[in-house]
Amino acid sequence: VKHTIVALVQDHPGVLHRVVSLFRRRGYNIESLTVGRSETPDVSRMTIVVDADVEQVTKQLNRLVEVLKVQDVTQDRTVERETVLVKVHAPATNRAGLIALTGARGAKVVDVGATSLVFELTDPPEAVESFIDLLRPLGIKEMIRSGRIAMVRGTQPATPSRPERPRAEPMAPPPTSWAAQADGQGD
Amino acid sequence: MCEARTGAQIMCEALLREGVAVMFGVPGGAIMPFYYAMYEYRDRLHHVLCRHEQGAGHAAEGYARATGRSGVCVATSGPGATNLVTPIADAWMDSTPLVAITGQVSSLVLGKDAFQETDITGITVPITKHNYLVKHVAELPRVFREAFHLATTGRPGPVLIDVTKDAQQAKTVPDWDVTLQLPGYKPTYDGHARQIRAAVQLLGEAERPLIMAGNGVIQSGAAGELLAFAERTGIPVITTLHGLGAFPEDHPLSIGMPGMHGWVHVNRAIQECDVLCNIGGRFDDRVTGNAAKFAPRATVIHVDIDPSEIGKNVRVAVPIVGDARRVLLAMLEQMPPRTATAWLAHIRAMEAKYQGRHKELTRPDTASLMPHDVYAALNRAFAARPAHRVVTDVGQHQMWAAQLIDWRRPRTHITSGGAGTMGFAIPAALGVAMAYPDDTVWAIVGDGGFQMTNQELATIVQESRRNVKVAVINNGYLGMVRQWQEMFEDKRYSGTLLSGPDFATLAGAYGVLGRTVERQEDVDAAIARAWDHAGPVVIDFRVEREVNVYPIVPQGKSLSEMLVGVGEDA
Repeated sequence: VKHTIVALVQDHPGVLHRVVSLFRRRGYNIESLTVGRSETPDVSRMTIVVDADVEQVTKQLNRLVEVLKVQDVTQDRTVERETVLVKVHAPATNRAGLIALTGARGAKVVDVGATSLVFELTDPPEAVESFIDLLRPLGIKEMIRSGRIAMVRGTQPATPSRPERPRAEPMAPPPTSWAAQADGQGD
Repeated sequence: MCEARTGAQIMCEALLREGVAVMFGVPGGAIMPFYYAMYEYRDRLHHVLCRHEQGAGHAAEGYARATGRSGVCVATSGPGATNLVTPIADAWMDSTPLVAITGQVSSLVLGKDAFQETDITGITVPITKHNYLVKHVAELPRVFREAFHLATTGRPGPVLIDVTKDAQQAKTVPDWDVTLQLPGYKPTYDGHARQIRAAVQLLGEAERPLIMAGNGVIQSGAAGELLAFAERTGIPVITTLHGLGAFPEDHPLSIGMPGMHGWVHVNRAIQECDVLCNIGGRFDDRVTGNAAKFAPRATVIHVDIDPSEIGKNVRVAVPIVGDARRVLLAMLEQMPPRTATAWLAHIRAMEAKYQGRHKELTRPDTASLMPHDVYAALNRAFAARPAHRVVTDVGQHQMWAAQLIDWRRPRTHITSGGAGTMGFAIPAALGVAMAYPDDTVWAIVGDGGFQMTNQELATIVQESRRNVKVAVINNGYLGMVRQWQEMFEDKRYSGTLLSGPDFATLAGAYGVLGRTVERQEDVDAAIARAWDHAGPVVIDFRVEREVNVYPIVPQGKSLSEMLVGVGEDA
């Protein structure tokens, strides 16, 4: 199961190495990883999409001294975005149709070459995926995807709050999730 | 003192401020400024010159495990630093507080493949709790403070500080008013109140409860609390390899060691128990066997200071993140007295049926010395002379020591567990002997491990460690591998037949008293003589060569599938 994890890390040399080394040696498959500055000076924000036991990933990340906070936002209400740049084979004859087609998906033309166009699209990752599928038959010459970035949405008073995690009563069977208690952050 | 100091002087003063009195190392080019400064602190900061950096690292580990304080080892850049990798990995696996200080090439040439440049911070990322590359002298006071804090708090572990040569040489007025800059490091010490209540209730109502005590009990100094808790509840106690000494094995509630070479009745008890409370152990695969089939009837309570250990290998119903001692104290406050007499009697009956802990293995039809003769004699000597500590290496001799000696006190059984580092014992014994000059330190080691690091005998002599006594369990094989080859690989003894020098003669060359023992009747006298000899001793016990460690859970099998002899199911 894929999980989207947001981690705040100290902006120190080597911190990316520590995170990547952890994922490599424990065999966690990274689908995408993006890093950039956050709102706080000297703190970077990572968005990691990983296909692994998310509880272990979160706990192992928390063991790193330079990791400040780790959140599995998979089940949260988030804004997720990804940017793609695609260079498409585009002789003058079919450019107009191509631009109209991509424009309908919200993509911008960011470079015009003799036989090619470069489009940019920033959208939810699923929309980016379908945009690429749309262009693939036309001949993609080059492509770069930024990887997913995610942010939890602000509190929305009208929205009912999420149901609480199931809680273990003392003699009850093992709870399915106890991450919150296990890290000492429970109630 | 507003005097400007060199980085190297600041490093020495930082060590003194951390209470360090002894460190183990080998000098070299990139760490020379530190050694230059060390000279002026030599009365307060004793440097032990080891013969190999691996020895320095294991010696620092031995010191740390015997005392609970952080061990310190020092090496130069490049090969000096890479030789520390094994002991650092060993300390990482066994949660040993260790600060490793390495010199690094000057920042002016860093990254240019300079002479003896190795990216040791990069190399040690996966095997340290944290590491530092210091290029600016002003950072040294804070980095040293943080390194010792990280190494010794929470779940202890190794921290490496790599200091460039120019940072050691540069001068500054040190600012000792340092604040830790570790916003992401917040160990949890107090267990969650609701989980503790749940654990107490489970343990109070269980019919077949077990306590499994691991390294965490020793590290947090919780042996007294564990004893009180066990006696309050009558719950039988298992001690893992690194838990040996956390609970006295001559206590009526002690049932022994679990796992691959644990006793049949202990593993059976695990498979039958209804509540298993693991305190400070990490459910290593050598303990659990096939984890999916481990303790199938048990509701598991797991107390560990590291949240990532909980639920990693075994499904846990009641997770308690915290310090073993604090959690035990909290549990003691709430725990009503109870007994588990019938359950304990059942376990004792299984013990009598399957294999008692002192059952001698069948002696082959020879007059040879059996390894068990040596352990029986050592056990008698240890019982008679309490001022001792024991260090073991890795392999058959280590498992026999764990099985056949009655461990009574914390920090008296020191071994390489998680990493399984052959060559650990001799240098680690040096470290223990530096920490406890009045205790007799026995290193029990196989002939394989002994030949990996016996050069540290020279260090032991140079440091006048008269209290180090070495018992080599010499069977002329890499015995544990040979055993597996015998049991599981059609006796293809590939790369396990091992020759060696005459160890008594070798000891003599080091200025160490060497003795060879080949007959059962000579064992007690040899041990007594070694103990009373005012100097280090090596006894070469030439034991029966093809003896196996039993019982054994074959790798990947469940704890229910034990063998107690060749093709002999329990």
